Amino acid sequence: MIYLDNAATTKPCDEAKAAVMKGLEVFGNPSSLHRAGLDAELLVSDAREIIADALGVTPDEVYFTSGATESNNTAIFGAYKAHGKRKKRVVISSVEHPAVKNPAQELEDMGCEVIRISPDENGEINARDIFAAVNEDTFLVSCMLVNNENGYILPVEKAFSMIKKKYPQVITHCDCVQGFMKIPVKAKKLNADMISLSGHKIYAPKGIGALYVKKGIHIPPFMLGGGQEKGFRSGTESVPLICGFGAAVKKLAPNVSANFEKAADIQAYLIEKCNENGDVFVNSRKGGSPYVTSIAVNGLKSEVLLHYLEKREIYVSSGSACSKGKKSSVLKEFRYPEQSLDSTIRISCSIDTTKADIDALMEGIKSAQNDLCKVR
Amino acid sequence: MKEIILCKYGEIALKGLNKSSFESMMTKSVKRRLKSCGQFSVSKAQSTLYVEPLNDDSDVDMAVEKLSKIFGIVKLCRCCVLEKDMDEILTKSLDYIEDEMETARTFKVDAKRSDKKFPFKSPEICIEMGGKILERFPHLKVDVHDPDVVVTVEIRETNAYVHAGSIEGAGGIPVGSSGKAMLLLSGGIDSPVAGYMMAKRGAIISAIHFEAPPYTSDRAKMKVEKLAKIITAYCGDINFFCVPFTEIQELLRDNCPEELFTILMRRLMMEIAQRICEKEDIQALVTGESLGQVASQTMYAMVCTDAACRMPVFRPCVGMDKSEIVEIARKIDTFDTSILPYEDCCTVFTPKHPKTRPNLADVEAAQNAFDWEPYIQKAIEGTKPYLIRNA
Repeated sequence: MIYLDNAATTKPCDEAKAAVMKGLEVFGNPSSLHRAGLDAELLVSDAREIIADALGVTPDEVYFTSGATESNNTAIFGAYKAHGKRKKRVVISSVEHPAVKNPAQELEDMGCEVIRISPDENGEINARDIFAAVNEDTFLVSCMLVNNENGYILPVEKAFSMIKKKYPQVITHCDCVQGFMKIPVKAKKLNADMISLSGHKIYAPKGIGALYVKKGIHIPPFMLGGGQEKGFRSGTESVPLICGFGAAVKKLAPNVSANFEKAADIQAYLIEKCNENGDVFVNSRKGGSPYVTSIAVNGLKSEVLLHYLEKREIYVSSGSACSKGKKSSVLKEFRYPEQSLDSTIRISCSIDTTKADIDALMEGIKSAQNDLCKVR
Repeated sequence: MKEIILCKYGEIALKGLNKSSFESMMTKSVKRRLKSCGQFSVSKAQSTLYVEPLNDDSDVDMAVEKLSKIFGIVKLCRCCVLEKDMDEILTKSLDYIEDEMETARTFKVDAKRSDKKFPFKSPEICIEMGGKILERFPHLKVDVHDPDVVVTVEIRETNAYVHAGSIEGAGGIPVGSSGKAMLLLSGGIDSPVAGYMMAKRGAIISAIHFEAPPYTSDRAKMKVEKLAKIITAYCGDINFFCVPFTEIQELLRDNCPEELFTILMRRLMMEIAQRICEKEDIQALVTGESLGQVASQTMYAMVCTDAACRMPVFRPCVGMDKSEIVEIARKIDTFDTSILPYEDCCTVFTPKHPKTRPNLADVEAAQNAFDWEPYIQKAIEGTKPYLIRNA
């Protein structure tokens, strides 16, 4: 199997699997006062520390959630509950993942004014445009770091820095799911008050994520109950998944730069091969995440190509997995030509992707071009 | 653009011939704390430490945060480094301060020319720089009294430095310049604050904690270790002494008048702490007591406690209200940990009606009625010291 859909999910690494097993064996409830509980709590706090270190924050600023969707919902509705009575404006980019886009839509339906910043005619989102949309009536700015469909890196650092200087009370939230452990992400550098993270995009299991909430930012909890996670996220902690998340981050954190170089090398190779094939157009722009590359194969519908490649056990995605075949509004926002929207596939690499994998992919595309052109 | 952090000294700039020893202590802590932030060079000149990132992997944000917790530094400035050339200063620095200027409404320029050979005088630098800023950012207005942003141009020995705002440092004097002190760390709100305050005045802090399992839990002990860990950000590494205290507490319960329980317990704690201090060459004790806060912290009680002490007992919180202590605890990040709800050795067996005005003679008589010596020695023998490191 050649798995090139790592932006959808990744294969858990051995370290994460082992940590999950350990978390299953240390089965106590972290909230129990006895030793069995304490042992579980210690596992949780170890993982929390690893993730906090990786983000450059303190452990008590990291809360475990069921995943990035929950983190995003907690951040957005939390900001609304805390400030939405007095202020009305929310600023997001127009290329957010649905887990941000839809909560923002919900806020709009509830009476907020949602400003969506689109890429300019060159397909670039400008920090100044985001900053300019913020005013005294704004309580939240949410902007993803790396776009999940084409790897575009948004100017979060610059935008948040400008916003924080003029409007320090505005809450800044960054969905870092496709950035964390792939490109350098430090909360302070980003000037983010809240950051959403996901485990399964970085070789940890599904069902675990985290939300960083900067000390001093007070938002109410999304889940109420037994008061776990200092009352911020009730529900017994999923010790095994948390352990898996921690172990994956522990493995990746020291190697972010080295892995980045490797991924950049693979991406450069992929782009070179695409350019050699006259009918493959690279949508992704230079300077984006090397892990995600969006390409369009002239004359072949995305889904048809995807299933053709699947027969060869090569797995890619059309647009993003979350949109399940719907035409991507995000790619439209990036002003990709209409015909390439229909024929776009996303190649997303992992730390284990090799040039041989890319060769196999290109081979597959070539034979698809030969076999499938008839059904154009 | 090359960036540097200038750390400005506080009162050590005023020291006399021993200034260099203060400086070297500070440089040492700076180097140690920066280890986890990547590679930096540290040099000193003109009552300032120059901290310079050596490559792109050096985390300047984290470095600034760590430096802001080092005693002896009053102010931190993140600046761009420029040649001492007016044209270069006027053109290149504007890119560096762009974000600040974009978002401000008013500004002023401040020039400091410690290199008097620089051909432009300070007022001239201000005028030139102000003009350039207005040209580039036409939305700005000059306000010399209450500006949103102060742009500072410093012409120093080797380079010119420009920044748009400084960050407050921790103040105080470098840790290590005032001897060693033993902090009695309970797990409450006050004692970590007391440790922080003495470190601020240069004391090297060790900490002693009395545990009483099974009356106190592992979590309670871990909480105290965590508190010690948090204050290492300010104090540096802490030598931690955890004293097994259960037996003494049980004996106290069985052998002394209930209303004197707390006061006798404190006297015995002081005795154990002192003996460890004498062994470790530590010169003073530090407690988080605040006058009149609880029964054991009335002046009468303190007289009885201190009568058992052969070394000075520093109580930096003694004249502070709880709210003032809490404010510092929040600032140094110990508050949230301090309020975790675990039993500690001071809260088990507390008498219903403790004496607020104990009489020293009664207290001494009560203490002398029992031979504590073997138990004190046993507790000291059972104490295992370990180092709590600044992460």
